[in-house]
Amino acid sequence: MLNPDTTTIELSRDELERYSRHLILPEVGLEGQKKLKAASVLCVGTGGLGAPLTMYLAAAGIGRIGLVDFDVVDASNLQRQIIHGTAWIGKPKIDSATDRLQEINPHLQIDRWPVRLSSENALDICRDYDLIIDGTDNFPTRYLVNDACVLLGKPNVYGSIFRFEGQSTVFHYEDGPCYRCLYPEPPPPGLVPSCAEGGVLGILPGVIGVIQATEAVKIILGIGTTLKGRLMLYDALNMKFRELKLRRNPECPVCGDHPTVTSLIDYEEFCGIPQARAEEEKAKATLQEITATELKQLLDAGKDVVVIDVRNPDEFAAARIPGTTLVPLPKIEQGPGIEKVRSLVNGSALVLHCRSGMRSAKALQILQSVGIEGINLKGGIHAWSDEVDPSVPKV
Amino acid sequence: MAVKVLIPAPLRRYTSNQESLELEGSSVGEILDDLTGRYGELKKHLYGEDGRLRNFVNIYVNDEDIRHLQQQGTAVQPTDVISIVPSIAGGF
Repeated sequence: MLNPDTTTIELSRDELERYSRHLILPEVGLEGQKKLKAASVLCVGTGGLGAPLTMYLAAAGIGRIGLVDFDVVDASNLQRQIIHGTAWIGKPKIDSATDRLQEINPHLQIDRWPVRLSSENALDICRDYDLIIDGTDNFPTRYLVNDACVLLGKPNVYGSIFRFEGQSTVFHYEDGPCYRCLYPEPPPPGLVPSCAEGGVLGILPGVIGVIQATEAVKIILGIGTTLKGRLMLYDALNMKFRELKLRRNPECPVCGDHPTVTSLIDYEEFCGIPQARAEEEKAKATLQEITATELKQLLDAGKDVVVIDVRNPDEFAAARIPGTTLVPLPKIEQGPGIEKVRSLVNGSALVLHCRSGMRSAKALQILQSVGIEGINLKGGIHAWSDEVDPSVPKV
Repeated sequence: MAVKVLIPAPLRRYTSNQESLELEGSSVGEILDDLTGRYGELKKHLYGEDGRLRNFVNIYVNDEDIRHLQQQGTAVQPTDVISIVPSIAGGF
């Protein structure tokens, strides 16, 4: 329980009316509503999780909310990031979020942090808040948020999502476990697909984000039983909630009995990002590339070129470069796709493409290892849409 | 003895999209051997090059992490449910 100091907190007539449904709840009441107003919450990220949870926290009457986001609104965000509207595409998320939250509750004070949370700024940014909510989308930032919370002694309300499934818990609260007690190490880059690669049901982060908001409010009010020591798993497809026990690891390098991590480290390094990037660059160096404009010229000149799309069938159905053939990357990885490519090429020049060039580069490496040479379309179908034909949607 | 094992979404592409499997064994280690025997590609996702279970894939017997039981030596009953819970980071 945080027990924020409410001695100097007053609620105006407007606020009393606004929060009347809280005030008549014995578990909240006037004192509880004052606690919410006295409280400060930092939300890292205003994306899928941050969008719904900050809207509810604003509506609930949290006094001060800090937003950390350096990104701009993209059309592909709107399927789930309900804080951002269509008119905000291309504009900073932090501006869009501020506008929406202020509209929900003008009594709210919003602190804007239009930066990427880093080892250099995390402690300074997090220090001034009662609790931190992790609404990020990558492993380095999640370990950074965790370690900053442990070092500063702040609760970390955690949520993460993948396709139709989500996880949520409260870390480092009242001697409970931290993120590193649950997962001591991150997976190597590329092993776990991101939402951008794996897709996500738009409503899913709504459910998980609202669980996070609920836990934050309970911690501030000091009511109920929090998710401390319990990992909540949510499966939207089967509409099932399950929970697993979570224990503090006495040997945890950050929150254990004899911590070895006593200041913030290089989290990109910890998650193997620079190493993976170097390998990617090395692989790319041996890869032949062609730009979308150059490919268009080849096709217009009637050159003997076979263009193969390695995205999945749904992406192919939604948008494609005319005259291309679909051979999804998994089929190439599993083997049967290789023979299909070989028979399609049959002496012609081969160009491979995907959404933005990553998967087709992977496919080319596999094909090269079995003696099939080809060229990668730089920037994939997105580059084709930008350079050649804007009518092809960037899905 | 068959025990139910729940397969998480990120790993289902290696189990022909099956969400749960009935696998043979009397300990967590035996069950996982049966799993990786049937679905070979899963092996590198569950075990590191040193042959140890990876630190970002947790295995639970019912609601308890096997790190707090007897690791892979943890005995299982037919009524137990084994969950594989990998680290996911999505949030945007």
